[in-house]
Amino acid sequence: MSAAWWVFDSVLLLTLLWVAWQALVDREGELFRAVVLFIAFGLLLAVAWVRLQAPDIALAEAAIGAGVTGALLLVTLGRLRSTPDTQADEEAGS
Amino acid sequence: MNRAASRLCAALALGVGALLAAVLLPLPENAGLREPVAAHMQVSGVDHPVTAVLLNFRAYDTFLELGVLLLAVLGAWSLGRHTPLPARPVPGPVMPGTVRLLIPAAVVIGVYLLWAGSHAPGGAFQAGAVLGAAGVLWVLSRPRDLPAPPSPLLRLGLAAGAVLFLLTGIAGLLLGFGFMGYAPAQAYVFILLIETAATVSIALTLVALFLGGAPGEARMRDEG
Repeated sequence: MSAAWWVFDSVLLLTLLWVAWQALVDREGELFRAVVLFIAFGLLLAVAWVRLQAPDIALAEAAIGAGVTGALLLVTLGRLRSTPDTQADEEAGS
Repeated sequence: MNRAASRLCAALALGVGALLAAVLLPLPENAGLREPVAAHMQVSGVDHPVTAVLLNFRAYDTFLELGVLLLAVLGAWSLGRHTPLPARPVPGPVMPGTVRLLIPAAVVIGVYLLWAGSHAPGGAFQAGAVLGAAGVLWVLSRPRDLPAPPSPLLRLGLAAGAVLFLLTGIAGLLLGFGFMGYAPAQAYVFILLIETAATVSIALTLVALFLGGAPGEARMRDEG
């Protein structure tokens, strides 16, 4: 049983590091990809907190770190993208 | 970030990680404050050590966290009124049905997390985040005809957590238990009241931050 947990923890740790690195590496300004990876990172980190026997922090991480922060980042991204377009539309319309 | 800079960052991160591991791994096992907290659980009013620390032993920290959330909303609102979210194509039958199922479930889960905070993992921040996520879902699914709550109620709800916390803290000071202290007999009632108000404030704060600006007049929104 402990060997299985050891393997699980190792895979979790490596995945966390890999997802964090992938979220930070900028590929042609693909911010949407980075945000999705950030949400995945938050969920994996919640699993890590459960493994560290800290369910309180795991709940907070999943709800706030992954859910709400992800939603805030996504809406920011949407507004960043839509700003020049809507301005151009308004100018064209008026 | 080009390839060379990426490699430099990776090398630096590995170096810092190795240093941290070298410093932290040889540290002896430390129980920290587990013993003092366990010794004072009977005066805390709750059965869960994390909630006892957050809402009783270190209530001042939690109060300041609620203050930070309130300041964040004030900062976002001072930057201007929020523009309506861009209109989406008319949703098919799947999204309204899913939202109709998800939002009641989220409300039940949020209230359960708030209630569970006194004896198990849970509490105001988690409950507020779940309720706030339900609010965000609602806002996203009905961007056009979402009725805005009346402004005084909204402002009262946003400030309720911090205000009630502060009033309880001052009451503790006047009654001789020190600032942010409660009588052990009434601690559970006070903690539950503060947590409920804080949950409402946190959920409203998260939705307000998602909208990202002071609520505007309906007339102005239509014109803008």
